[in-house]
Amino acid sequence: MTETSDIKPKIYQQTFLAGLWRENPVFRLLLGMCPTLAVTAALKPALTMGLCVIFVLVCSNIVVSLMRNLLKPHLRILMFTLTISTFVTIADLFLKAYVPKMSEALGPYVPLIIVNCIIICRAEACASKNNLAVSIIDALGMGLGFTFTLCVLGAIRELLSTGKIFEIQMMPGAFVPWAALSMPVGAFLTLGLLLGLVNQITKTRS
Amino acid sequence: MDTLSILLTGFISIVIINNLVLTKFLGICPYLGVSSRIDMAFGMGLAVTFVVTLSGTLTWLIDHLILIPIGLEVTRYVCFILVIAGAVQLVEMYVRKFFPSLYESFGIFLPLITTNCAILGLCLFINLWGIDNLLEAVVLSFGAGIGFTMAICIMAGIRENLNIADVPACLKGAPITLITAGLLALAFMGFAGMIR
Repeated sequence: MTETSDIKPKIYQQTFLAGLWRENPVFRLLLGMCPTLAVTAALKPALTMGLCVIFVLVCSNIVVSLMRNLLKPHLRILMFTLTISTFVTIADLFLKAYVPKMSEALGPYVPLIIVNCIIICRAEACASKNNLAVSIIDALGMGLGFTFTLCVLGAIRELLSTGKIFEIQMMPGAFVPWAALSMPVGAFLTLGLLLGLVNQITKTRS
Repeated sequence: MDTLSILLTGFISIVIINNLVLTKFLGICPYLGVSSRIDMAFGMGLAVTFVVTLSGTLTWLIDHLILIPIGLEVTRYVCFILVIAGAVQLVEMYVRKFFPSLYESFGIFLPLITTNCAILGLCLFINLWGIDNLLEAVVLSFGAGIGFTMAICIMAGIRENLNIADVPACLKGAPITLITAGLLALAFMGFAGMIR
């Protein structure tokens, strides 16, 4: 028993850190690309989207972890999707009620969290096999890793396409905004180059 | 405008101008995953076209005939995803029975059509644009499928040639595919404004 209690905090720490960098959902696993590209034209929607994903991810991991002994193998994906869509509905209604402008700007990308591969992947790979505490920590780590990526992309694109971050002027007046970066082209290019950069960093390190 | 021209403009607009993959970023996962060979890309495109037409029509019917009359719009997302999961199950059984070799080569990507954002996305967009005509909903859903097929086939054609190109090591794989997609999106932006 003493052995397991020694190992336990380490497991928590490792699960948490894995989501942030080593198994970062966007950079490493290439999951959840659709919101990553769609809502990162500016930092604010990116941050809102990240927080929504954290909420849904934590809640669905909790529920899936609690019902993991009741799951039938051939019905489990269906159960996951139903759980997730329930929480997404809650998040969507919350956004509509409290930040209607942001909800309008995000449009269909909030309900599209239902089909975000990260959440199903974590339910399948982690929550349906582990106990409550590990599942919650895993969800937090993955969610934060995802939010971090969204914010990096959002900040780069907002800075270069308008010269502002969080609507505060950052660039000198002589800076000519690259309008293309706020368009679909910019999303694809920025993410492609960032992925390349991450690959390069990993290679030089190892 | 008469009905036919409305349908035609709707179709062209969803295939080219509002292409789901290149302007709305929907369905990026299979777009990156299955676009390495043209025949697989085409098969995937057809499967998605079938599912999206079926589920677009069904969700419109369910939304307008059941959910709105009894005031259960809150359960919309849950109903939509159930319809899509059912449609995908149908396609999976059909392909496994009649095209076993295609089924083998798709592997995990076939059941993953359920979580293809293009399909749920289109159902949500039909709802968002306030389409109140069944025929228009059917045409839009079909057009979305055709648009996806077109985009993924173009990408597969480019990627077959990319294999022999001299790409920097760190950009190989997903990064160069994303950059290519960016250039495609730029090309497709030229169509914007074609229809007011």
